Amino acid sequence: MDIRSQVAMVFHLDKCIGCHTCSIACKNVWTDRKGADYMWWNNVETKPGTGYPTQWENQEEYKGGWVVKDGKLQLRLTAKGKFLQKIFHQPSMPTMDEYYEPWTYRYEDLFTGPEQDDQPTAIPISKVTGEYIDIEAGPNWDDDLGGSTLYARNDVNLSALSEEQRLQLLSIETLVMFYLPRICNHCANPACVAACPSGALYKRGEDGIVLVNQKVCRGWRYCVSACPYKKVFYNWSTGKSEKCLLCYPRVETGQAPACFHSCVGRIRYMGVLLYDADKIQAAGLRPDAELVTAHRDLLADPNDPAVIESARRNGVSEQTLQAARKSPVYQFVKAWGLALAPHPEYRTFPSLFYVPALGPVTYSMENGVALNPTSVDEIFAPLDQARLPMAYLANLFGAGQEAPVRYAMKKMLAIRTWKRAQTVGDVDMKLALAGLREADCDPVQAEAIYRITSLCTFEERFVIPPSHREQAVEVLTNPLERKGASGFGFREAPQRGM
Amino acid sequence: MLNNFLFVGFPYVALALAIVVSILRFTWRPFSYSSLSSQFLESENLFWGSGLWHWGILWVLSGHLFAFFLPEAIIAWNARPLRLYLLEITGLSMALLALVGVVALIIRRFADRRVKVVTSTLDLVLLAVLLFQVASGIDVAIRFRWGSSWFSTNAAPYLWSLVKLAPRPEFIVPLPWMVKVHFLSGFTVILLLPFTRLVHFLVVPVFYYWRRPQVVIWNRKGLR
Repeated sequence: MDIRSQVAMVFHLDKCIGCHTCSIACKNVWTDRKGADYMWWNNVETKPGTGYPTQWENQEEYKGGWVVKDGKLQLRLTAKGKFLQKIFHQPSMPTMDEYYEPWTYRYEDLFTGPEQDDQPTAIPISKVTGEYIDIEAGPNWDDDLGGSTLYARNDVNLSALSEEQRLQLLSIETLVMFYLPRICNHCANPACVAACPSGALYKRGEDGIVLVNQKVCRGWRYCVSACPYKKVFYNWSTGKSEKCLLCYPRVETGQAPACFHSCVGRIRYMGVLLYDADKIQAAGLRPDAELVTAHRDLLADPNDPAVIESARRNGVSEQTLQAARKSPVYQFVKAWGLALAPHPEYRTFPSLFYVPALGPVTYSMENGVALNPTSVDEIFAPLDQARLPMAYLANLFGAGQEAPVRYAMKKMLAIRTWKRAQTVGDVDMKLALAGLREADCDPVQAEAIYRITSLCTFEERFVIPPSHREQAVEVLTNPLERKGASGFGFREAPQRGM
Repeated sequence: MLNNFLFVGFPYVALALAIVVSILRFTWRPFSYSSLSSQFLESENLFWGSGLWHWGILWVLSGHLFAFFLPEAIIAWNARPLRLYLLEITGLSMALLALVGVVALIIRRFADRRVKVVTSTLDLVLLAVLLFQVASGIDVAIRFRWGSSWFSTNAAPYLWSLVKLAPRPEFIVPLPWMVKVHFLSGFTVILLLPFTRLVHFLVVPVFYYWRRPQVVIWNRKGLR
């Protein structure tokens, strides 16, 4: 047993309103720079849709993540023996065209344009070349285009759907969409780290945040190809890779990252997960159908004395252990089985989990009261009649398996029904309770889920132990070394080359 | 006097700068060490340019190094005409691949509007020198046969004399001027090495093969 601590996340998709506040918060703090201007460490996608970069889930093309080959876990990108052959050119790496070419507008034209009959306009110019650009796409141009033939129809996850089901998704009367906010998953078995030839990418032992050492990165770009979520980005100006750093300067002091803090819908939760690093390899070898279970088995019970002891041996602090016992993420993922990792079949074991979106309530009502309901199914549409086919969500969150998604959705539906029986009273309480039991839930658990979903305070959503990095650093370096300096990191303008 | 400057002074200056500046740059400006890949901005032409160039030049360079370290082996190999032709034809075709590659890379630098933005003057200087180096090498290989043989008898002893700090330029002074120019531009490449993106050649990530797949770094002492 090798218990490590990981700051982990849950995004509750039912609450996401797709406002992009998270993206803007992140952009303003981290990527508003030359070379990083096209990067969205946090982005919000409309699903079904193609996402950013376009069709990032298509691993036939991008070759991200891990595969089991000859009984061994290996990068899909290439076998280790043939690894360096791809160093001169990465055949599966997306280019700027797969993201978008960043642009701005020549605003000064509005003031300096010559006197003429027409109003002067600010023409769009490329942020790369500075020349006029005919804008073709942006990072979120699939926004709200649920039934689009350009975006929705080309969603990779539709592969499991019948042609009829697909047409239904594109028809205006029955189309459906939800939002999928994405950041780096800070995986337990990160493909980017394993693929970096220089060893520049690393996972921090204390909190599991995955970072790129900018001094060691040589721009070989394997990480960009290897990350199946396409969350490592190549800075075209500095020639280095960059990625979401989970706002570690904030997390280290117990604050939520910028995207979490600014989330308007309060969909984001952050807490500590303890996991057994010794089990990762074996878990990665399990067949697709068992991956969700294997992932949950990695997560260790923070109340188990053996787990606590192993964690202490690894130097996990008491404060972190305490936080792990109060972790909303542990509750959502392991205790309640509501949150699922995106694409477990990539076998990276993400530390970010999603509560799938339940979608719209469809039953007919009058004056806000359902018409003579006789069963739970009549209040809320039964899962199998949901506009979004279960097979789609299974492709996104269950490695093709419907069971774990169905379990989570059923429980959420049962809690909604039970809560309706309590507050509105148009559902028979007996039916509601039976529904809860059927969904492997009870009133105590249902109340807890209801509270943390609907009434959660800041402190309940973010249980982040300060990491006391200052004490850790004190051992290694003089704490006054950076006195009078600009802050963390090295002080060198990120200039290209020498 | 001129020969001493060109074939003794200049090589030593180039080598000394290459070693000293590379180390200083690695220690003090590690952030500046990068391949500065522009594949993100343009991929298709790079596939041909970079692929042909690197594979071609790798073989040519290995050939030079082999003849430098084991000149007797080359001479022994060349004793049979068929083997000599085989070696020369292989070397020449690899050099032609590299030539096509570097020309493609140069065209790409000017043709693509995005790549143009990330092209510095030194990039162009380096590409020009590399183009000249490959072209002059091909010219020498075709006109002054057989290069692999006289490299072993003349160039290798000269280069070793430089290494042993007892320079003997007389080995190459009588050679045709094109050959000497090839030497000079070769030393120019070495001179440019620490100042350009060519440093990526010094940090080729061979250690990847020996390291464990996952890298975990702990802040606290005494832990992995």
